[in-house]
Amino acid sequence: MKYLDEYRDSTAARILLDSIRRRVSRPWKVMEVCGGQTHGLLRYGIEEELQGTVELIHGPGCPVCVTPLESIDFAQQLSMMHTVSGHDVVLTSFGDMLRVPGSRGSMLEAKARGAQVRTVYSPLDAVDLAKKNPKQKIVFFAVGFETTAPATALAVKQAANDGVDNFSLLVAHVRVQPAMEALLESPHNRVQAFLAAGHVCAVMGCASYESLVQKYQVPIVVTGFEPLDLLEGILMCVEQLEKGEARVEIAYARSVRSEGNLSAQRIVDEVYEVCDRPWRGFGVVAKGGLQLRGEWHKFDAQRRYMSCHTLPVIEPRECRSADVLAGRIKPLECEAFGRECTPDAPLGAPMVSSEGACAAYFRYRTPEAGR
Amino acid sequence: MMGDPHKNAVFSLNCPSTAHANNDRVLLAHGEGGRMMRKFIRDTIIQRLAGDRLAGERLLSMDDAARLPKIEGPIAMTTDSFVVSPLFFPGGDIGSLCVFGTVNDLAVSGARPLYLSLSLILEEGLSISVLDRVLSSIVVAAKQTDVQIVAGDTKVVPRGAADGLFINTTGIGQLIEPIMLGPSRLREGDELIVTGPIGRHGIAVLCAREELALEPSPTSDCGSLATAAAALHEKLGASLRAMRDATRGGVAAVLHEWADACRLTLAVDESDVPVSSDVRGACELLGLDPLHIANEGTMLIAVEQGACDEAIAVLRALPETRQAARIGSVVSKQASPVTITRMFGRQQPLDEPQGAPLPRIC
Repeated sequence: MKYLDEYRDSTAARILLDSIRRRVSRPWKVMEVCGGQTHGLLRYGIEEELQGTVELIHGPGCPVCVTPLESIDFAQQLSMMHTVSGHDVVLTSFGDMLRVPGSRGSMLEAKARGAQVRTVYSPLDAVDLAKKNPKQKIVFFAVGFETTAPATALAVKQAANDGVDNFSLLVAHVRVQPAMEALLESPHNRVQAFLAAGHVCAVMGCASYESLVQKYQVPIVVTGFEPLDLLEGILMCVEQLEKGEARVEIAYARSVRSEGNLSAQRIVDEVYEVCDRPWRGFGVVAKGGLQLRGEWHKFDAQRRYMSCHTLPVIEPRECRSADVLAGRIKPLECEAFGRECTPDAPLGAPMVSSEGACAAYFRYRTPEAGR
Repeated sequence: MMGDPHKNAVFSLNCPSTAHANNDRVLLAHGEGGRMMRKFIRDTIIQRLAGDRLAGERLLSMDDAARLPKIEGPIAMTTDSFVVSPLFFPGGDIGSLCVFGTVNDLAVSGARPLYLSLSLILEEGLSISVLDRVLSSIVVAAKQTDVQIVAGDTKVVPRGAADGLFINTTGIGQLIEPIMLGPSRLREGDELIVTGPIGRHGIAVLCAREELALEPSPTSDCGSLATAAAALHEKLGASLRAMRDATRGGVAAVLHEWADACRLTLAVDESDVPVSSDVRGACELLGLDPLHIANEGTMLIAVEQGACDEAIAVLRALPETRQAARIGSVVSKQASPVTITRMFGRQQPLDEPQGAPLPRIC
């Protein structure tokens, strides 16, 4: 673990922190796009150390959080299908998804009522599960950014190749860059620079950010997730902001090349096409999602189980996760935070997900009196 | 030749392996009373467990209850059920687990473990060789911890009603003077120690269940804490405040329970917490915190201020706790019941584990 320790060295972190403080002539507002970065910033106390110099606006980069309730409700309905129809469906997904509240409780609660749900660690495990259980219909809930899309695309190709007809995907993949653009277009935008999500750029590259930088004159620094990565990314943003510059820079050179991972991009491109997609907190984001291409439609759970109907969506009134996701408020500004809404009894996905901003605040920030 | 009973026994027709040569799975009939059940329990289960002569005699009599000799002074009693999946994992199996788990609960309560009961719930169709392997580990673990299995029960449930094999053990131990005060009596300044690298059991079981091929593959810490607990008790006396084996929920769960009990704050420093590199790697990969992961042979200890060095010396002299380390102390009550220092010396809350990210680890 020497590799990780190098990126958590507190002496080096303090030096970077001091450089940021010295360099800042006025408070700047920087958005870390990815929820994994939000957790790193909170976990290591960086967000609090930076107060008064750089305000961090927490971005929408939590795929579970931006997945619209309609999709979560549909997934739940699928997992209950075996109770009302001949379809013996088993819904598989990553662990986070199980605790996310839908309109009528979480998947875990549905499981206690008989829903067939399995946690897997990779979409290929779901394909294996389908092979081992030919009588069951295995649906993988494909949630995530461009980072997980290559793996789900590979799973579909594998299933097609091996003739695994009882496997399908419920696709809720989202694309980061269109959401960043939607934020910049908003009349309420406060973001002055972005820490772009390092793992997304490792796949997709960062050349496509040039157009955003040119159009909106906003610095974008591709940043990792460890404390030193984050501090270095913030320092690079501050340098650009102080000089009045706007460029794409990489503070995560150990993982990211400008062109990204071409073979991963090819496989995504082969299986998926870009589509408009509703994001929680954003509404429909133009080009904000991925859907299966025509030739893969037979693996599309949405098409395969058209007979599965969901009840109307119920958004909890007290939950302001939409505002949190769009960076309009901080989790602590939500009235329900820590009162009606806790990780044990969450109202919204950001309180549950390991990338959710509310969960990060609940876990790592010292509670205020009365909360 | 004829006079050698051991040699005879090897070729005896009652040898458990031959008894099931043509029928190597557990049947419902094995649990339904009558001759088949009696023979199964006697030949397969008790034969295995009867290594210890005294306990063997008690079990072989197959009475409704074990009649035990008088125990001086107060006693401790505990019970635990084991449903781990998979039954075998690197570093242990459900057999060693069901002995060490209950023995450790007695040991950390300040008792000398004496007797165990053993209840087996077998799923129809379970392979007898699996049962045999589990019983062998039970015998080894019982011998190692010097406890006698004196009572037991066997039930068979239809296929699908259990997952192979569930076990319950109940333990009785003799409380050692001075009787430990427990976490409600923690005081400001008390020091906190863990007896070894944390999170090994939960990660080992998870990797075994999900067939995650990590290199090196993590091994469970499944083992006895009885010797360590007795040695601490003897050397530290009243300056030993509390002990708790950090099973489900890991060290963080124990810290929270103790903070709740004493109404003070427990503060730990992340850099002092021992974590093996394989567990750390797996946790990084899976997004887990080792402090939230179960242990089965590692405990948290609180000692009076100033007694820490002696406690660590006692522990490091034993092979199973040679990596014991001080991880923090008890401080005055703060906004968070448990805090952790990670970077910049800032005390942050340490969250209580929520729900089970890793179900059926014990």
